[in-house]
Amino acid sequence: MFHSILFGDTPPAADLDSRPEPPFFHDLNLDQVTAWVTAGLGDYRLEPFFYTPLAAPGEISYRHEVFGDLAGEALLERVRAFAAGMRRVREELATARKLHYPRQRQRWFLESAATYCDAVTGLAADLRGAAITSRGFLGIREYLAGYVASDGFATLTAETTGLRADLAGVCYSMHIKGNRIRVRKYEGEDDYSEEVLAVFEKFRQGTVKDYRVRYPATQDMNHVEAGVLNLVAKLYPDEFAALDRYCERHAGYLDDTIARFDREIQFYLAYLAHIRPLQAAGLPFCFPRVSARSRQIRAEATFDLALALKLARDGEAVVTNDFHLGEGERVLVVTGPNQGGKTTLARTFGQLHHLARLGCPVPGRGAALYLCDEVYTHFEKEEDLATLSGKLHDDLVRFRDILDRATASSVIVMNEIFTSTTLDDAVFLGREMLAKIARIGALCVCVTFLDELASLDPACVSMVATVAPDNPAVRTYLVVRKPADGLAYAAALAARYGLGYDQLKGRLAS
Amino acid sequence: MKAYLMYPARDFDAEQEPPPGAAALTRDLELDTLLDAMAAGDDFLRGVARTALLCGPADPDTIIYRQQVLRDSLAKPAVVREIYGIAVQVILAERRIWWGIGSQYPETILHRSVEVMQLFMAALKLLRRIADSHAGGFCSDGFTRFFTMITKELGDDYFAAVDGHLRRLKFSGGVLVSASLGAGNAGTGHVLRTPRPARRGLAEVIGVGNRSAYTLTISDRDEAGARALSELSGRGINHVANALAQSADHILGFFRLLRTELAFYIGALNAHERLAATGGPACFPEPLPPAGAAFSAASLYDPCLALTAGTPVTGNDVSADGVSLVMITGANQGGKSTFLRSVGLAQLMMQYGMFAAAAALRASVCRGLFTHYKREEDATMTSGKLDEELARMSDIAAHITPGSLLLCNESFASTNEREGSEIARQILRAMRGAGIRVFFVTHLYDLARGCYAEPSASALFLRAERQPDGRRTFRLAVGEPLPTSHGQDVYADVFGARAGAGPPPQKDGS
Repeated sequence: MFHSILFGDTPPAADLDSRPEPPFFHDLNLDQVTAWVTAGLGDYRLEPFFYTPLAAPGEISYRHEVFGDLAGEALLERVRAFAAGMRRVREELATARKLHYPRQRQRWFLESAATYCDAVTGLAADLRGAAITSRGFLGIREYLAGYVASDGFATLTAETTGLRADLAGVCYSMHIKGNRIRVRKYEGEDDYSEEVLAVFEKFRQGTVKDYRVRYPATQDMNHVEAGVLNLVAKLYPDEFAALDRYCERHAGYLDDTIARFDREIQFYLAYLAHIRPLQAAGLPFCFPRVSARSRQIRAEATFDLALALKLARDGEAVVTNDFHLGEGERVLVVTGPNQGGKTTLARTFGQLHHLARLGCPVPGRGAALYLCDEVYTHFEKEEDLATLSGKLHDDLVRFRDILDRATASSVIVMNEIFTSTTLDDAVFLGREMLAKIARIGALCVCVTFLDELASLDPACVSMVATVAPDNPAVRTYLVVRKPADGLAYAAALAARYGLGYDQLKGRLAS
Repeated sequence: MKAYLMYPARDFDAEQEPPPGAAALTRDLELDTLLDAMAAGDDFLRGVARTALLCGPADPDTIIYRQQVLRDSLAKPAVVREIYGIAVQVILAERRIWWGIGSQYPETILHRSVEVMQLFMAALKLLRRIADSHAGGFCSDGFTRFFTMITKELGDDYFAAVDGHLRRLKFSGGVLVSASLGAGNAGTGHVLRTPRPARRGLAEVIGVGNRSAYTLTISDRDEAGARALSELSGRGINHVANALAQSADHILGFFRLLRTELAFYIGALNAHERLAATGGPACFPEPLPPAGAAFSAASLYDPCLALTAGTPVTGNDVSADGVSLVMITGANQGGKSTFLRSVGLAQLMMQYGMFAAAAALRASVCRGLFTHYKREEDATMTSGKLDEELARMSDIAAHITPGSLLLCNESFASTNEREGSEIARQILRAMRGAGIRVFFVTHLYDLARGCYAEPSASALFLRAERQPDGRRTFRLAVGEPLPTSHGQDVYADVFGARAGAGPPPQKDGS
């Protein structure tokens, strides 16, 4: 029996929904990716799915297949229509729950069931003829076919339709006088609104501020309206008795598996909704080959997803890069000028490994990635007075924590470490840290200004952020595999900000 | 009537915009800790303290005017807090006086204004009583003027005259309201009538046995009609209501200003009490004109650190009169950042008119105080770290003026030492040449050594001390820059072994 469009037959851990954001999310800007992708979808609580990596290549290919089916625009549209229907169901149920008077609640409940029947019947019909091949969609198709054919669903549909028609036939009139309201069945009285307006028109006094209290449209009912409704119910006893019975009988009409599908499919829809515009702008995405064994990894024309989403909003171009680690290579040491794309490459490396174990398409024309057990990041933090300890100490403590937990199957991303100390210290500490990581055997990318680290160990591979040959102040954002060359071009950058001595002197004098 | 407790003849503007760089200043000096102590949980105190700290005057006369008022406040805290309490209470009470359903009705305005005026008169009488019994105990120009004004303007004759007017204005019109209820109890077709309609007793006889109609009796409260009635009957009293309301607003303005200006001193009192509890010294600094570039202090310490720790913290003696560059180098966690904060806070607190966290302080006022601290990686990904640092420095250059003070904490450490030093050197030269004083904490040995070698009398070099066994004293001493920051000590502290003294700790199971 079909269980889950995200997890197949392997139910996720019970604590799925209470998981906190993984510690590396912020450093890798995956928190931004998650926030953008899940924006406006709070009801679905999609965040835990982004926090929860899969553990086996089979689970990853299960999601790849679903993503593959959703590449077709027709299916995507149908699933979106179903989701829109289910969203309305939830809104109507929420309204029913929050209202005070039973007869209001009952009517909203009935409306929600009607919407639900339409959404489910619609999706079942849509999937019947759809060209789908994924295990996930084949599973939900079969499930839905059985569900809509069941006696329970047939009864629900028939009673919902009948009762709504009956209630649509209820009409009543109120005669209000003094502090009394008289309610009777509607008997064809004329519309008096225009006449009433005309009668009171002559009382208007020139141009004055409008002191009339506005009654905002609200679903809430005051006690008078509720009282009237009770009288209407007395006038139409059969219809309201039927409504009572209906609500009792169908209280739990929402099917668990369908509700779960509705939530989980949003993971795919939301992710696709955000990568589609990037693809349209020419940025490639691919299904990576994800291996739990091979540590020879590669990615071609890849990029930082968070940066790309941001640049796409601003209409700016994204530079793509390649990286690979061959036999015996485990550590990418990235050096080069500031603002040259080093940190971006490091983030990309970390993001790809996490996105891969979510079963998502990853940025790049092609990729082979390692199914890691965990991603660790070490980015510079600001000094915090509350800890009453120095920055270098904090940096090292965080390092020790990472080294204590990391295994040979982990991915570690280190960005610009030890910048708060002297060159000598930084080299010493950098060597120590890289040596420890090399010993653990984890895959690692290390962004540093220390050229010395690039050739420290046979496991280290040097990559360098490049600049335009004709103008050292222009960054290309290309990071290529080559020996560290020690060029940082910082002074050229300073001049760009008008901070060279002569420039600054002139600015301060004016 | 003016409070004039902040300036000899000027109101304090609590809404003024903080100067450029205020956000960075707040963050870098951990100003929130000080503001918390001043606010003691009161957001209003916090807002005033924040504005006053960030927008401190740059003339010694105003500072001394405020110091005098603060001395009075420290001598008579109960009286000052009582006056403040009156202002706070009266503003609070004014806000609590209900405007009624329709605040645009003259009779409502009149009724309310009378009530507000009675409240204000009671509060002003209290102020008068305080002036009568305590004025003699105050000697500052600010308080002397204030109490003289209260005594002169608020004589017994005045109070008697106002009370008479308020009694006469307590007239209330006999307005009668009538309206019919529309569908849903919404007021529609309101008719204004002169006599109050007698609704009770007009019970309608209901046909017995007719079950095609049901009658609901509802409450006869009729707000819409009351509003309409006010519209008609209010015209006659509109003018006087307006005049009284405007007068009430003027008096409210006085209390607001009094509250704002006293909040400044209450905040200082709060901070003084908190700081005294830590055992740290506090002194009234001697403000000097900018020309001498004076900065000399005894036992200067970081009040925020003391407030956080709750105990006295190490202070430093500094003698930097006529010095345009104070460069601080030395051990990590040796108290360099803390010292820099203590300088910035002392300067801010002095210019606020407060005491300073030191045993003694004499300093030139500065036209502007700017901070340039190392920042965490930019979360918006628009720039690399050096780029971001340069952009911020360029921002500072655009706003800084001669006579300003610039505090740099590990600026330009985000690139390598050689280039960071070169950029900093050029900026320092230009800044100092333009009459800007700089305090610079740095690990850039290349930079520090270069500055030290310059034959300039206007630079002071401080070094974080370190005992032969590696322990820190958190005290700074005059001393030339040394080429290491003792990162190896911290490393040994965290990883439990000196470099090369043995294999690093093995992780379990790896």
